[in-house]
Amino acid sequence: MSHWVILPIVLPAFLAPFIVLAARYHIGIQRVISLAGIVGLIAVALGLAWQASDGTVTLYQLGDWAAPFGIVVVADQLSTLMVLLTSVLALFVMLYSIGSGWDDRGRHFHALFQFQLMGIMGAFLTGDLFNLFVFFEVLLIASYGLMIHAGGTVRLRAGVQYVLFNLLGSTLFLFALGSIYAETGTLNMADLAVRVQMFDPLESSGIRVAAVLLLMVFAIKAAIVPLHFWLPSSYAEAPAPVAALFAIMTKVGAYAIIRVYTMIFPPELEATVGLHGWWLMPAALVSLAVGMIGVLAAKKLDRLIAFSVIGSMGMVMVSIALFTPEGIAAALYYIVHSTLAAAALFLIADLARAGRENLNLTAQPPIAGGILTAAMFFVAAIAMAGLPPLSGFLGKLLILDAAFDTATMVWVWAVVLGASLISVVGFARAGSTVFWKAKGVAVPEDAEIAVPPAALSYVAVGGLITMLVAHTVFAGPATSYTTAIAKDLFAPDAYVSTVLDTPGKLSDYKDDGYGDDDHATDEEGEH
Amino acid sequence: MELLVASAIGILTAAGLYLVLRLRTFPVIMGVSLLTYAVNVFLFASGRLTVGAPPILTDATTYTDPLPQALVLTAIVISFGMTAVVVMIALGAFLGANDDHVDDPKPEHETGDAS
Repeated sequence: MSHWVILPIVLPAFLAPFIVLAARYHIGIQRVISLAGIVGLIAVALGLAWQASDGTVTLYQLGDWAAPFGIVVVADQLSTLMVLLTSVLALFVMLYSIGSGWDDRGRHFHALFQFQLMGIMGAFLTGDLFNLFVFFEVLLIASYGLMIHAGGTVRLRAGVQYVLFNLLGSTLFLFALGSIYAETGTLNMADLAVRVQMFDPLESSGIRVAAVLLLMVFAIKAAIVPLHFWLPSSYAEAPAPVAALFAIMTKVGAYAIIRVYTMIFPPELEATVGLHGWWLMPAALVSLAVGMIGVLAAKKLDRLIAFSVIGSMGMVMVSIALFTPEGIAAALYYIVHSTLAAAALFLIADLARAGRENLNLTAQPPIAGGILTAAMFFVAAIAMAGLPPLSGFLGKLLILDAAFDTATMVWVWAVVLGASLISVVGFARAGSTVFWKAKGVAVPEDAEIAVPPAALSYVAVGGLITMLVAHTVFAGPATSYTTAIAKDLFAPDAYVSTVLDTPGKLSDYKDDGYGDDDHATDEEGEH
Repeated sequence: MELLVASAIGILTAAGLYLVLRLRTFPVIMGVSLLTYAVNVFLFASGRLTVGAPPILTDATTYTDPLPQALVLTAIVISFGMTAVVVMIALGAFLGANDDHVDDPKPEHETGDAS
């Protein structure tokens, strides 16, 4: 059994304490270790993605215990795609935080960053719902630390809200897990996929409640309206590199919905029928609308970007809620795009802070390094608003195309196109106020000469924009890859059989008949 | 016993939610603690209620499900850690702003008019 699969989790998990113990007083050494770790992570992620690209599902059994009882880590195409996306994003975010000196404004930034990566990687790779909860907690604990990095009262207040909201979300997650365990007697995803299929539709109210609770938990993570209230303040007040890294965290929610609701509760399952069309789709359309109206209404640049994150998550969810292979494929393409675009925008908002008193959308004297920052904002805003020629436009076309034959076509087209128009207006207004009108404002006599941002910061943002351009140029291969992923997601036999049929410790025990001894039906008989 | 456990979970959850909705740091933290107690009891109950049976596979004819106990153990540890974190952050926010409200402060121009 190859140990490569668990390396994305283990590598940051070892680096983080190493940074704290060995290099806590030397920011330079911390930076080197942190960057080296992320580069290593990218190499591992590339290897795993290459290994999974032909549809192979790689299984890692911790302690060699067989699947339904032991903990498993599973790398399939979807997981490895997300792992690769995370590590690439982490590289540019790390470069930016080094370039801008954000990592030196408080202690333990690099260690927390590595723990954050560990949690995200774990959430993508785990094959077990309870471990999904545990990795959610790991990434949340690290994110609490990062969120209040560099301190300040406003940030701490936003941090309290963020922590409390997520604590409530965690409690809900445990309630959902309890209900699922009570109904099925297992928390392994592959095992659940098999057992949920065996439920009698007439006695399925319990499992339906569990499915709805779980959907709510993931919707909190993905900031879907009406569960989005935690996002604007937290993302706007967090340090810029942290907010950029958080761009992947809402996608963890989207990933979990895709994973759980294609494999365990597929759309044709009678027990959970209507969950996607009747509940998720309207919520997604409303979040798309709310997010983009927020873009138009925001009074500060960082809040505007936070709302555009809500809008783009709405766009992803609209596509997921279609629950067709085309819809999921479009959603995956859009997830990659919107992660990169949102991260770039958060970093650009931080660049725009150079020489401005605040990020309010009012005309203020020109910022230092204005032309380059403005150009980058222009490109990233085009990507986020979904104008041609960048990948946001292609992603939106894919989503519209996926919705074309469905009953909800009118709604999807109307909201997606209307929201895009509103967001274009919102971004145009913000950009012209911050970068253009600045030319007409006289610089006060006694103003200090602002220091333009470091070159490394521009390199980091430029790198993200290059990735966006690459995502556009290679849209053909990218979409055929996401289409292949979506096809496999709707036929999860390979995943399920790999997880359940790989021998390990306790496998012979299962063959003795324990596996047939269905916990749920067994207990039902006794009552 | 089912009634007792179910109503205990219900009351804990209701009290917890009420306290969370108070929107001041101390009641909210108490409320979150109550909610975590409720969810811990709920997780115990998810393995079916059994009295006086060991949670391990022995020669005994009846045994209680061991897995929920492992889940509860993890959940308790995590919730303790989380509560400690939120207490520290809330304390920082309170000392900085001299205000223990959890919701957003009013925008500056509104408070500026009043003073």
